[in-house]
Amino acid sequence: MLPQTTVKSFQAQNRTLQGSNSRQTKLSAWKIKQDLSNSKSILKHGQNNLVEDCGHDDDQAGDALQIAVGYFEKGPIKTSWSENKTLERHLKTVENVAWKNGLAPEEIDILLNVALSGKFGNAVNTRILKCMIPATLVSEDSVVKAVSWLCVGKCSGSTKVLFYRWLIAMFDFIDHKEQINLLYGFFFASLQDDALCPYVCHLLYLLTKKENVKPFRVRKLLDLQAKMGTQPHLQALLLLYKSFAPTLISVSLPVRKKIYFKNSENLWKTALFAARQRNQGLSPEPLKLMLGPAKVRPLKRKWNSQSIIPLLNSSSYTKECGKKMSLSDCLNSNGSFPPEQLQNFRQLLQNIHCLELPSQMGSVLSNSLLLHYINCVRDELVLLRFYFWLSQTLQEECIWYKVNNYEHGKEFSNFLDSIIRAECFLQEGFYSCEAFLYKCLPLWDGFCCQSQFLQLVSWIPFSNFSEVKPLLFDHLAQLFFTSTIYFKCSVLQSLKELLQNWLLWLSMDVHRKPVISSPLETTLGESLNSVSKLIDYVGWLSTTAVRLESNSTFLLHFILDFYEKVCDIHINYNLPLVVLFPPGIFFPALFSLDASILNQLCYIMHRYRQNLTAAKKNELLQKAKSEFNFSNKIYQEYNYYLTTMVGCLWTSKPFEKGMHIDPKILEKAGVAEYKESLNLVYHPSLFSYAVFFLLQESPEERTVNMSSIRGKKWNWYLDYLFSEGLQGLKLFIRSSIHRSSVP
Amino acid sequence: MDSYDRSESTPEQSASSRLKNYLTGATPLQKRLESVKKQTSFVLTPPQRKILQCSQLQEDVDPQKVAFLLHKQWTLYSLTPLHKFSYTNLKEYSRLLSAFIAAEKQKGLAVEVGEDFNIRVIFSTLLGMKGTQRDPEAFLVQILSKSQSSENREGKVLWTGWFCCIFGDSLLETVSEDFTCLPLFLANGAESNTAIVGTWFQKTFDCYFSPLVISAFNLSWMAAMWTACKMDHYVATTEFLWSVPCSPQSLDISYAIHPEDAKALWDSVHKTPGEVTQEEVDLFMDCLYSHFHRHFKIHLSATRLVRVSTSVASAHTDGKIKILCHKYLTGVLAYLTELAIFQIE
Repeated sequence: MLPQTTVKSFQAQNRTLQGSNSRQTKLSAWKIKQDLSNSKSILKHGQNNLVEDCGHDDDQAGDALQIAVGYFEKGPIKTSWSENKTLERHLKTVENVAWKNGLAPEEIDILLNVALSGKFGNAVNTRILKCMIPATLVSEDSVVKAVSWLCVGKCSGSTKVLFYRWLIAMFDFIDHKEQINLLYGFFFASLQDDALCPYVCHLLYLLTKKENVKPFRVRKLLDLQAKMGTQPHLQALLLLYKSFAPTLISVSLPVRKKIYFKNSENLWKTALFAARQRNQGLSPEPLKLMLGPAKVRPLKRKWNSQSIIPLLNSSSYTKECGKKMSLSDCLNSNGSFPPEQLQNFRQLLQNIHCLELPSQMGSVLSNSLLLHYINCVRDELVLLRFYFWLSQTLQEECIWYKVNNYEHGKEFSNFLDSIIRAECFLQEGFYSCEAFLYKCLPLWDGFCCQSQFLQLVSWIPFSNFSEVKPLLFDHLAQLFFTSTIYFKCSVLQSLKELLQNWLLWLSMDVHRKPVISSPLETTLGESLNSVSKLIDYVGWLSTTAVRLESNSTFLLHFILDFYEKVCDIHINYNLPLVVLFPPGIFFPALFSLDASILNQLCYIMHRYRQNLTAAKKNELLQKAKSEFNFSNKIYQEYNYYLTTMVGCLWTSKPFEKGMHIDPKILEKAGVAEYKESLNLVYHPSLFSYAVFFLLQESPEERTVNMSSIRGKKWNWYLDYLFSEGLQGLKLFIRSSIHRSSVP
Repeated sequence: MDSYDRSESTPEQSASSRLKNYLTGATPLQKRLESVKKQTSFVLTPPQRKILQCSQLQEDVDPQKVAFLLHKQWTLYSLTPLHKFSYTNLKEYSRLLSAFIAAEKQKGLAVEVGEDFNIRVIFSTLLGMKGTQRDPEAFLVQILSKSQSSENREGKVLWTGWFCCIFGDSLLETVSEDFTCLPLFLANGAESNTAIVGTWFQKTFDCYFSPLVISAFNLSWMAAMWTACKMDHYVATTEFLWSVPCSPQSLDISYAIHPEDAKALWDSVHKTPGEVTQEEVDLFMDCLYSHFHRHFKIHLSATRLVRVSTSVASAHTDGKIKILCHKYLTGVLAYLTELAIFQIE
């Protein structure tokens, strides 16, 4: 039995040898046949880009190239002076074509063979290698064949170095890399050659896959390191090995950033650029030669972290710690996608099923793709890890929470900015930030990181207002009342954003059909109650603020901005809620000296009307639902505001009901006739408009007769006001006043 | 109008799961937030704590290991739960951490995991060091130097740190089983080693270390609780240290009392059996203040308490602690666990 098998295997070996031989011969035959036509077609292709009259030259050059390649393939016949001249001519031809248009894969194949087989002298080999510029691609076979020449030992050390540099530079142009990867062991063995080592390291860095990382290789690399010290190229390869197998190796980088590989591309820089242009889209971005931590790291401040947000690393550490990996783990780990390789959204979509989570969840904060990911997986575990990290980091970094690190104020506010960016990106607040606000808002001076803090407030996730009020909003109110008008306006602004976020969130929530209904769930009523409490709170703040700041127009603008959001809740968010403003806001706005405030008020009244009518319509449609019916009180209140406004602006009959002013006071003020004196003409904020209107009509007039604005002139006056930009007033009058009642 | 009908009926039947979760506190995150809310709002209400008792479980602890923990000064840290930590991998962790330390000490030089370094890292559990059965097992990490001489095989201990959780129920309740909650970390040795070990833990288990400082308020609690402990014999005097902030150097006032006198004072203010209340703590401290004022005319209440030492343990406001009494080891740790949990909430 035994001898037979040996014979058989020997035969088989023989056959494969023959096979490979025959394939080789066939290949060369094919090459000779194809050479001409191929190079022609490539040259023709090249021609398209050239100006017409170059065509002839190129054709000639193409033929010359064929002859030159043929010449090199045959090898030197004899060394004579004339021979040298021919050699020089052919070399020139090859160089010219290569640098101009690049060489076809077949030509590269032949010439590489020539250069490494040592048929010619060293100088020639170098020149040939230097012009191995692909027109499109380099075939993998050519590389494999070329590498096989390295084993024969026919080429000099410098040629080898040049070849490796060429291989690294052209790495992206090689059509496949599977066969080359099979030569990993050979390349690895070449590390022993001191001259080659840096280049081989670089090549291995490009080639290494997870399955190439073996304990014996790690040991070998460490031996080399022991022999040569910390060489950057070895360091880079070791780091790569560590990232694949953290349980085998440990490296920590020095803080200064470093370039790990000498730039091998230098020789071919322009040619590579041209080739990339030719292949546009085919080849990826030029490989960056800096490694991970080359991302700028601020100075190490304390042991906890180099920067506040940890660097992105895959979690292979913990994964590999469980020594006995099950089969499924093995399969999974092969297909998993490390987060640090995630570059664009397309990659995220392609690998979303097998994306590894980072080892430190905090690192997602600076990576929007991963933020996307954790937001859509909605894994509580992931969120909890993020929660812990963010809560602790906020607490640690907060400069007044910990009294003794004032110097890091800038860093802290930058950190808050990145949190806010992430919240805006996700359109969702983080619970950690809410918890942080509970803890530190009572201690806040209202000044430090003001804009960031108020933005954090506007991203507080939806919650029960009564519960949050003592923790947060009571403290905010204290600061609000004791701070400047600008602070007040900023607070109102962020409360407006908070309201908007809550409303958006509620309206999304209401229209999402829940899968399971549980008896524990809250009713919409409770949620709406929370929103209306928030609005009441802002109403209370505003009323007091208006008094404190003596009806400041600036402040009123911010208050009315808030109510612009409030008045449209029903229509814009489809939520059964209408909350009116308190009289403390309504009256100062109505009698404001600024027309834009009055205009804004009119607009809000108009929107309230739209919302209330819509609500009424819905109520009529479905009588059964009683919970969300608006009480009559709201309608009464609105109507009261409305009649007051119509009285003050239109009918000159202000305060028909509900207000009594002592006639003596009016007499003292010289406005005994007040009932006729308050309308669109005499309103303090519109008075100047009325005067301008009259002057426009009769510019020569020395005195203007205000009471002349009536009848037709009243309508012209209205048009004049509308043309001055009082669009809110226009909407209000159109919707709330029947024009038959023109005075 | 049909569409409106639908949308109107949805909220009636049910709001979505998140809203639901929010108000019932169903998810772990919600639970956490709830407990933060509770903590924040109850901070002013006077708490009550049990007088330190010797835990039954503590009896199982290897006495040699306990002796090792006593009489050493520990720097305190709070620690968020460890993600995917496993007690079965302690050997593996030792290998990885020692390689990590070796790599950190010679920045830029790669080292093989499991190679022979001049240091050794040992992870070991402190069996029984817990308050309740639910508390996860405490564990110890030691960095040892390898001595050349063969007679001393163990080598010198360069650094020690241990992780524990005594009566950590409030934290355990809110965290799923993928986490191991050991909120209290105690380190003894060079700060640089603490930094390296801490960094490794943070990278490996996605946790977060923060220094745990003890406020004057908590120090007076410690003073009262430790004075209240029944001792067979006292090994140290009861001593308080107050700091008066003034330039160029701050002034420290030390106040030492015979431990039996302190106990007598405590007994006179202590009313609630088995418990220590806020009023009792305040009263105890007030008595000390007034006594001091009578003699030296200095209002200690206007200064800052920075250190308390008793026969049970001594604690410094910087977050340093030394435990002296074996009997009340878990009792002291329980209070520290409570403080650590408060910090990470």
